[in-house]
Amino acid sequence: MAKIIFQKPKSLKEKIFHYCPGCGHSIVHRLMAEVIDEMGIQGITIGVPPAGCAVLAYNYFDVDMIESPHGRAPAMASGIKRMLPDRMVFCYQGDGDLAAIGLAESFHAANRGENITVIFINNAVYGMTGGQMAPTTLLNQKTTTSLAGRQTLLDGYPVKVSELFSQLEGSAYIERCMVNSPAFVNKTKKAIRKAFECQKAELGFSMVEILSACPTNWKMNTIDSCQWMDDVMSKVFPPGVFKDVTKATKKAAEVPS
Amino acid sequence: MNKVLMSGNNIIGEAAIRAGCRFYAGYPITPQNELTEYMAEHMRKAEGGVFIQSESEVAAINMIAGASATGARVMTSSSSPGISLKQEGISSMAACELPGVIVNIMRGGPGLGNIRPSQGDYFQATRGGGHGDYRTMVFAPATCQELADLTMDAFDAADKYRTPVMILADGMMGQMMEPIIFKSPAPRVYPEKFMLRGAGSGKSKFIRGLLLDPIDAEEHNWKLARKYEVITEHETLCEEHNLEEADMVIVAYGTAARIAKGAIKRLRDHGMKIGLFRPITLWPFPELKLRALSAKVKNFLVFEMSTGQMLEDVRLALQGYAHIDFHGRPGGAVPTPAEFANVVARLYNKRD
Repeated sequence: MAKIIFQKPKSLKEKIFHYCPGCGHSIVHRLMAEVIDEMGIQGITIGVPPAGCAVLAYNYFDVDMIESPHGRAPAMASGIKRMLPDRMVFCYQGDGDLAAIGLAESFHAANRGENITVIFINNAVYGMTGGQMAPTTLLNQKTTTSLAGRQTLLDGYPVKVSELFSQLEGSAYIERCMVNSPAFVNKTKKAIRKAFECQKAELGFSMVEILSACPTNWKMNTIDSCQWMDDVMSKVFPPGVFKDVTKATKKAAEVPS
Repeated sequence: MNKVLMSGNNIIGEAAIRAGCRFYAGYPITPQNELTEYMAEHMRKAEGGVFIQSESEVAAINMIAGASATGARVMTSSSSPGISLKQEGISSMAACELPGVIVNIMRGGPGLGNIRPSQGDYFQATRGGGHGDYRTMVFAPATCQELADLTMDAFDAADKYRTPVMILADGMMGQMMEPIIFKSPAPRVYPEKFMLRGAGSGKSKFIRGLLLDPIDAEEHNWKLARKYEVITEHETLCEEHNLEEADMVIVAYGTAARIAKGAIKRLRDHGMKIGLFRPITLWPFPELKLRALSAKVKNFLVFEMSTGQMLEDVRLALQGYAHIDFHGRPGGAVPTPAEFANVVARLYNKRD
């Protein structure tokens, strides 16, 4: 009998992603669905997609989902999780959603130690609206609203969300990953798993920031996008674990090696 | 049940908990802080009750939207500037058909205004308030007893029509104390199919208000509109006070109606035949009842603690069949019954 070694995760619906070629959303969707399958939590998971390219995530994830207004997903997820503490609740947010319009909601959800998981896609640009400057846009990066490149005097600096949130006592697990190479993709999956395990162990707020390419709005091809992430983006947003209370508390969540 | 003496803000909180509200999120703002404080103390004592002091009104409304989606009875409260902030979420709840109760203890405006009682948020409350084609049901209590009763009714209405419902009172209502009796709320009717609690072994579902296809969105808008038609047809409430043989009818709601009643009592003693028509639901507005009144009464006086907002609904209801005067005190100024009686007497004597 043939052994299945690769198949579509159960937690993804039979739909074709609408995302652009080279976009990281589809990779991350798949990784999350794999983690949900492996943890056997499909039936108890509730997701809150953002306003942004991933707003239609409910067309892809085969779990209960509810849309939230732009940036408010962590507030909505707080309400859901408090009423249903035994469910797994995640927010899926972009950089404009989380770090600009929804900074207060995400910051305070983290600070309250809400036992939810935030998957934070950082592609340094507003994707859905056509490539405007995001809070995470790099210095000198050209966007449709920073035509000469982001200038500190005019536009300020890229917001480093993982560094910021790791300072909050309510956060339990904060890691920044990338999805521009198979090795990094595997690492990202482990981080997502760990974040969900943190929630399962009721340790508090967990977030995985994922650097993700937006070739369409970066005006690059997909290969160059991946290269740019290695050469430029990851220098400003270095990957790594910024907070991990599982080590400090010794109440370690089960993380497969 | 014995009578209890409580202040308005506390009554709303107690009535909500008795009605089965188990999730409250709010942010401090005067003059409704007692309600948030009451919930902080009592919601956490109620079985399964959750209280969150949110980081903003924006967060509070989205928290209750999330909790509502799980099937809980939910409430948030604020005062005028804070209600402006909640509009994004109220529009979203209306679009997603999530029930919930929003309490607005109005204060003077526009802008930060002041913290005195006012009725300047009538337009905002009755015209939806946020963006898009939607309405919220609006209850306008005028006594502490009504605060208790209508708060309970608001939860039932929200469930029945799966829509956000607003309690529109003002700082005076929030702060005043009166003896009241809490009625026993009816058991809740809310089908599980509307609740988002994890798919279990069944089919997953999603709740959304985003419909990218305009034809789908149009259909959704018409579906909401049909619901609002049903509400308009079945859910209007009003009080008719001293209307027998009245030559002149004052139209007022909430605190203004209380002041009007005081004025009417004084003027009746002087032989002036003046009645009161008090809308209890502001949306849907008791339009037909008011129009019917114009068959025998030709002089109406709209009295509001604003520059004239409900006045427009009264004009629409009366359709030119009667003469309408207006008296308003905006910005947090509250006239006494004696002061208002003078205004009414002057107009009464000038009537056709």
